[in-house]
Amino acid sequence: MTSTSSGSSPRRPLARRSVLAGALAAAGAGLAACAPGSSGPSGGASSSAPVSTDAASLGDVTLAVWDQNTDEGINAAQEKLNAAFMAAYPNITVERTVRSFDDLKTTLRLALSGDVAPDVVQANQGYPDMGAFVQAGLLQSLNPWADAYGWTKRYPADLLSLNRFSADGATWRDGDLFGVSQTGEMVGVYYDKAVLARAGVQPPTTMDEFTASLPTILAAGELPIQYGDADKSPGIHLFGVALATMAGAKAAGALVSGAGGAWTDPAVVAAATALQQWAQAGYLPAGHNGVAEDDAVARFGQGQGAYMLNGTWQLATLQAALGADVGFTALAGTGGTPETLGGIGLAWAVSAKTANANAAAAYVDFLTNAAAGQVLVDTGNLPAVFPEGYTAPAGTLAGDVATSWQAVSQGGGLVPYLDYATPTFYDTLTAGIQQLTGGRQDPQQFTEALQADDAAFRKGA
Amino acid sequence: MATVTPARAHGPRPRAPRPRGPRPRRQWKAYLYLAPALAVLGTFLLYPFAQSIWISLFDWNGLSLATWTGLGNYRDMAGDPVVRAAFGHALVLIAFFAVLPVVLALLLTAVMGRAVRMRGLGFFRAVLFLPQVVASVVVATSWLALYAPDGLVNQLLRLVGLEVATRAWLGDFGTALPAVGLVGSWVGIGLCLVLFLSGVAQIDRELYEAARLEGAGLFREFFAVTLPGLRGQIAVALTLTVVAALKTFDLVYVTTSGGPGTSTTVPALLAYDRAFRTGQVGSACAIGVTLAVLILLVTLLVSRVQPAEEDA
Repeated sequence: MTSTSSGSSPRRPLARRSVLAGALAAAGAGLAACAPGSSGPSGGASSSAPVSTDAASLGDVTLAVWDQNTDEGINAAQEKLNAAFMAAYPNITVERTVRSFDDLKTTLRLALSGDVAPDVVQANQGYPDMGAFVQAGLLQSLNPWADAYGWTKRYPADLLSLNRFSADGATWRDGDLFGVSQTGEMVGVYYDKAVLARAGVQPPTTMDEFTASLPTILAAGELPIQYGDADKSPGIHLFGVALATMAGAKAAGALVSGAGGAWTDPAVVAAATALQQWAQAGYLPAGHNGVAEDDAVARFGQGQGAYMLNGTWQLATLQAALGADVGFTALAGTGGTPETLGGIGLAWAVSAKTANANAAAAYVDFLTNAAAGQVLVDTGNLPAVFPEGYTAPAGTLAGDVATSWQAVSQGGGLVPYLDYATPTFYDTLTAGIQQLTGGRQDPQQFTEALQADDAAFRKGA
Repeated sequence: MATVTPARAHGPRPRAPRPRGPRPRRQWKAYLYLAPALAVLGTFLLYPFAQSIWISLFDWNGLSLATWTGLGNYRDMAGDPVVRAAFGHALVLIAFFAVLPVVLALLLTAVMGRAVRMRGLGFFRAVLFLPQVVASVVVATSWLALYAPDGLVNQLLRLVGLEVATRAWLGDFGTALPAVGLVGSWVGIGLCLVLFLSGVAQIDRELYEAARLEGAGLFREFFAVTLPGLRGQIAVALTLTVVAALKTFDLVYVTTSGGPGTSTTVPALLAYDRAFRTGQVGSACAIGVTLAVLILLVTLLVSRVQPAEEDA
């Protein structure tokens, strides 16, 4: 691009070259000072200040908080709780930064590893996020506060373990506590009562009943399962429900946390085979890999489709669209109890770099205690643990969801999101599911690809 | 607007002799004038690029201490079918982003060149150039709606009784990549056409008159006069569109996220994904560096189409 028309003296190019080399060398010298990432601390960090739960006596403190509570209901709860916290502790100011889930996920790595990290953040569970943060020593162990605030008593051990990691970040669901979650969420089967009635099918309670009803619904001229996977993440939900019920929550959970089993096990192949059959038999809509999730939800809301396998976060949307016609259930699997994909909302975690760990812990407790649970219920959210004495309203969608959540979370039926398994699992899994339902891959190839991804991560860890 | 400027009327240009004249050999002051540009270039381009190269030699998750792997990331890349496929897709996109628009725009130029004096040509130019002006996310979102199972494309097909041909264009393994590519063609064609039309306006009308007097038809005229006269514009158009094809990101990110499966993944998408989502920063930088080098090579190759600089 640059003009080379000037004279051809032999010294000129030499000079230019040496300038370039000099610039590169200078740049290189600046970089060579450190290998990338060396500035951060290593190993699990823990606070040196004495543990205190008396937040009012901490002096003037400002907490920088990053969360992803952008949806209407949860945003309302968050604003209420923040205001109440600052009213209760006038010496503490909360500075809230709110981002969508995707934006938070991509920026949190940089924020936490920067010099001025936020004090309290919502970190996603699993190896890709929390595990990597713990390994890099970016999160504060919350063990010192767990007993003081009674978190270990309030939460079922199974739920709390989702926020536990070994200090080296290599083993999930064991070791120190690195966060506490506010909400619960799970993937289940939404069903349209009107469509099922037209097809003469009772709402299913088990995976077997669900599978058996599919041909009947199709024969009645209705679409059995509404589904759109252009965004790639819905595939995880569809496959996850099949896996949880066919392999059982225990085995599926062990696969995700790396505690045992192989992704090539027969039950995984069976779940993959079921998915492919649903696609081939026309139980899934044609061209589903090109339909956006929002469009699929909208179609289900218009009465197209008997079932939709989706998360509790769609509750408000579907309630508004279908009213009394929509129901929700978590299917029972081989064990006879409800087993499905789900977990707890993103963990409220504390940065290792915070100067105000006690205030941060007090804030985390304030967001997750029983009073906060009541605020969550009041604003139409699903708290991780219901306030004592809460009874679900029968016959409504919210009631269905609450009942299912209590059965699944108390009964050990939760399978963590499958993409928590390895940092690259989301890509491997979502691409594989599209290839599976698109007929480009058979179940064996699909499960082998999952196993290869998993093995590569375990080998490197 | 149609009158020609006779000043630039020369056909096959004689090579200008290299100016070796009385200019002073070295002008140190010149470097002073270059310094601001160099400082900006160095800060925002050379330094980050050097840093990318440096990071690409490490195995780094973006958080913990990186470990030196030398060329390991590049070796892994060469052996990774996903990365190889992504570069393959980028090459396919060149056909859609660069070759197709240039060929179509040349055809249109040959036709429209005959109507240079047409009323409202400026309006048509503006309309054709519009896709270039619209933000690419908006373009992608619009095409997402057009390609949807109930979108306009399928509605038109149904209207003419081609129900069999309807499909989820972006969700079908066979059509997703061409569908994305055609969006690029749509965007690129306006740019090429505007470039070529302005190029044609600079060609001496006398050449056309001469060609017609000699009895040249539309084709002869096009190949003997228009095409050679447009070499410079073609080189510019190819450079811009080929680079756009190779570094495609936004279009794919919005329309397919690389799906279905991995059938529309492109290098830039993989680099983003690995750097910001999956914590493979070294590998991401290796892909980025390879892509930059590839773009540089292709640009050099394309610049050979350009006629030798006439004003030096």
